[in-house]
Amino acid sequence: MIAFLVRRLGESLVVLFAMSFAVYGLIGLMPGDPIDLMISADPNLTPADAERLKAIHGLDRPLVERYWSWLTAALTGDFGYSRGFAKPVMEVLLPRLGNTLVLMGAAFIFAFCIALPAGVAAARRPFGVTDSAISLFAFAGISLPPFWLAILLIILFAVTLGWLPAGGMGGGGALDTLQHLVLPVMTLTFASIGGQIRYVRSAMREALRQDFVRTARAKGLSETRVVYGHALRNAMIPVVTIMALDFGTLFGGALITETMFGWLGMGKTIYDAIMGNDYNLALVGLLLATVTVLLANLLADLAYGWLDPRIRLS
Amino acid sequence: MSAAGPSPSSSPSLAAAEGAALGPRRSPAWYAWRRFLAHRLALPALLTLVALALASICALLAERALGFSAADIDLLARAAPPSAKHPLGTDELGRDLLLRLLYGGRVSLGVGLAAALCAASIGTALGLLAGYYGGRLDAFLMRLADSVIALPLLPLLIVLAALDPTKLGLPEEVARSEAASLYRIVALIALVGWTTTARLVRGATLSLKAREFVRAAEALGASGPRIMVRHILPNAISPVIVATTLSVGNVILLESVLSFLGLGIQPPMPSWGNMLTGAQETIWSAPMLAVWPGLMIFVTVIAFNLLGDGLQDALDPRGDVKM
Repeated sequence: MIAFLVRRLGESLVVLFAMSFAVYGLIGLMPGDPIDLMISADPNLTPADAERLKAIHGLDRPLVERYWSWLTAALTGDFGYSRGFAKPVMEVLLPRLGNTLVLMGAAFIFAFCIALPAGVAAARRPFGVTDSAISLFAFAGISLPPFWLAILLIILFAVTLGWLPAGGMGGGGALDTLQHLVLPVMTLTFASIGGQIRYVRSAMREALRQDFVRTARAKGLSETRVVYGHALRNAMIPVVTIMALDFGTLFGGALITETMFGWLGMGKTIYDAIMGNDYNLALVGLLLATVTVLLANLLADLAYGWLDPRIRLS
Repeated sequence: MSAAGPSPSSSPSLAAAEGAALGPRRSPAWYAWRRFLAHRLALPALLTLVALALASICALLAERALGFSAADIDLLARAAPPSAKHPLGTDELGRDLLLRLLYGGRVSLGVGLAAALCAASIGTALGLLAGYYGGRLDAFLMRLADSVIALPLLPLLIVLAALDPTKLGLPEEVARSEAASLYRIVALIALVGWTTTARLVRGATLSLKAREFVRAAEALGASGPRIMVRHILPNAISPVIVATTLSVGNVILLESVLSFLGLGIQPPMPSWGNMLTGAQETIWSAPMLAVWPGLMIFVTVIAFNLLGDGLQDALDPRGDVKM
């Protein structure tokens, strides 16, 4: 178990290291480096000045060398500054990571609380009327572009009915914040619910075919106990795992949702940073997102071993 | 009917009785088609997609019939409601919405199919290599696939889409050409989309390469590439077809998101995603502009998903289908 954890942590670190180098290199290929931006801001800057500035900031050195000095600084906790916010990037990112986790957590809980009973109901009578309706709903969920859903919700609730704010964070206390959370959470919930229903349904169908379910029925247990007590408990193992593995997708959904509603989370910050040439912020934000997703995957593996004693992690 | 009771004349030849019990001999394709039809929603989905594709292909004819083109700007009729001249009205620059939807369909369907096929081809090739040769190559490719799957893809794609192609060494005229954003998005999606197919094909290859017919081909001296292409691939293709069909929907969603965010198909070339970008700004004054392109994406994606689901029943039955 310990050996497994160490090996998986090691693998995650390798992925993170490769990712940080790749993204660092890619950032250099984006339009407009810092000196270009200074030149466009100050017409008096001569090419010689630009060269001198590049030398001062180390931009004339080779990529590997620059990456190495960035990495050694990062490992000591110095992630550099954000150009747009004029603050250390971590000071910008950490509160926004919190905002994203609130959004994702709420959406995940809502989606799960709906998807679980829906998926179980669909699996109990496969290809019946209930199943057909639920499966079609799930297909609609995975096929709906989340940014379009956001637009439709804004048209309905903000433009036509005027019940809820069309975007922003709110600033007038808890109730105001909650009001601003409703539409983003609805969007993200609906974006993840279709996939969840399909996972639960197929895991339940698999579980209901097992011998222990037949045994439970033969013992004369009530159907409710067979389905919820025996089958569901076993179906949860793959479901929990696959949902944790889906964390990266959920993060992508959160990025779209945050951008649509102006919710100041990680996704919106990364997107704005890329579009606004704030490349250090984008780099660190992307790496922070990667760390979060890799941690979720690691938790999924651990949960798998913990939920299913038949599996020995090694 | 045969269960109604034994027939009174119980002396016909055994062969005839067997023939009646087994029914006429049918090809595997016939059974696959039956399973496809039994899905109920798969055929309507297929017909919808064919209709959408035909309509997109006929965009030029529609331009002729209406007497103006999709790019014609009419600043006096911006965001106009539907009329006899503009069946669905006009967009925020006074361009005909219906024509732009048709042209957007060409782009979205074309990009979706091309990117899904590229991703599937890369995945199939890598999966065959990993499964057949095994060893270090297999370990490396599968770790790579795991890593790609584990990454937060959307922000990464945004970074890749924001790169300056001239800094990659592409000549200016190629990088700035109109079709550049088309090729770029296909390449990007293929770059991250190969993992599912690669895993599927690798799994199938692992089990197929231990089978007698592959061993026989090896004993007869067939080369590795020949065995992979002639003997393993045809037997592993069904799940690939299913997975590719299902992925087209996802690819179209991804393309529309990137285009919507301003990083995919670049205006003035219309795609359903970037049409929504403009529509978002007029959401208070002309909400219908935001409804149509999204509806097109939704219908197309759900049709591809249902078609894929039907193909799964038809081609890849795991004793899981109703008959």
